[in-house]
Amino acid sequence: MADPMRIRAAHKDGVTEVRVLMSHPMETGQRKNAAGDTIPAHFITDVDATHNGKTVLKAQWSTAVSQNPFLSFKFKGGAKGDKIAVKWVDTKGDSRTDEAAIA
Amino acid sequence: MNNTRRSVLKTTGALGTLVALGLITEKQALAQANRAGFEAKTLADALKSVGGTAANSDQVTITAPDIAENGAVVPVGATSNLANTTEIYLLVEKNPNPLAAVFVIPAGTDASVQTRLKMGQSSNVVAIVKADGKLYSATKETKVTLGGCGG
Repeated sequence: MADPMRIRAAHKDGVTEVRVLMSHPMETGQRKNAAGDTIPAHFITDVDATHNGKTVLKAQWSTAVSQNPFLSFKFKGGAKGDKIAVKWVDTKGDSRTDEAAIA
Repeated sequence: MNNTRRSVLKTTGALGTLVALGLITEKQALAQANRAGFEAKTLADALKSVGGTAANSDQVTITAPDIAENGAVVPVGATSNLANTTEIYLLVEKNPNPLAAVFVIPAGTDASVQTRLKMGQSSNVVAIVKADGKLYSATKETKVTLGGCGG
C-alpha cells in the first residue's frame, strides 16, 4: 500500500479549493535501471474526488504526469468540516482513498 | 519503435487472455479500451481520439512556464471561461504519447485545474476544452532545459 495522500481543502467566498499531493512513483515504462533492463510502467490511471459522496472531479492520467502527482482544483459550495475524499487507481490495480475535512 | 510495438501486442494479448480466464471483468477491459487516446503517438492521432480539431479560443488559458529547468516536473494548468465546460485535456506535443491527462468536470466544479507534467523536450503544451460538445484549445510553448524522460 502506498503512502497516504496529503489533501488540503480550503473554503473561501463560496468556493472550495482542493489541493492534493499523492505519493506514487509514476514509472513511464521507458526508463532503464543500472543493468539496462526496462523498468515496467506503473502509474495512476484514474483519480476520483468526491465532496460528501458527490463527485467533484474525475481525471484519467497517462505516464506524463509527474512523480508524486500534484493536483489542484476548485468547486462551488462546500462548507467547513465537510469531507473531501480522493481515490486513485494505478496500473497494478492498487488503489488508495484518503479523506480530509475542509478547513 | 519495434520495441514498443512488441509490448503493445503483448499487452493486448495478455488482456484478452485475462478476460477469457475471467480474471478481469469485461468492464475493466472496456476501461482499458477507453484509454486508447493515451496510446496515440502523434498530436494528430491524439486529437482524433479526443474528437477532432479544436478551435483556438481566448476563453481558454493555459499556464505553463516559458522555460522549465526540470522536464520531470513542469507545472501546467488550464482554465476555461466557457460555460458548460465538461472536459479538459492536457497534451504535450513532443512527448512519446502526447495525451497527458484528461479531467472530467461535473456541474458546480470550476473549469480550472493545475497539475505537474513530464516533458521529454521543449515542446508546445496544449490545453483542449470541451464545452457544449465543442472543442476549444490554447497552446503555449515551453522550453525544457533537462528532459524528463531519461533514466
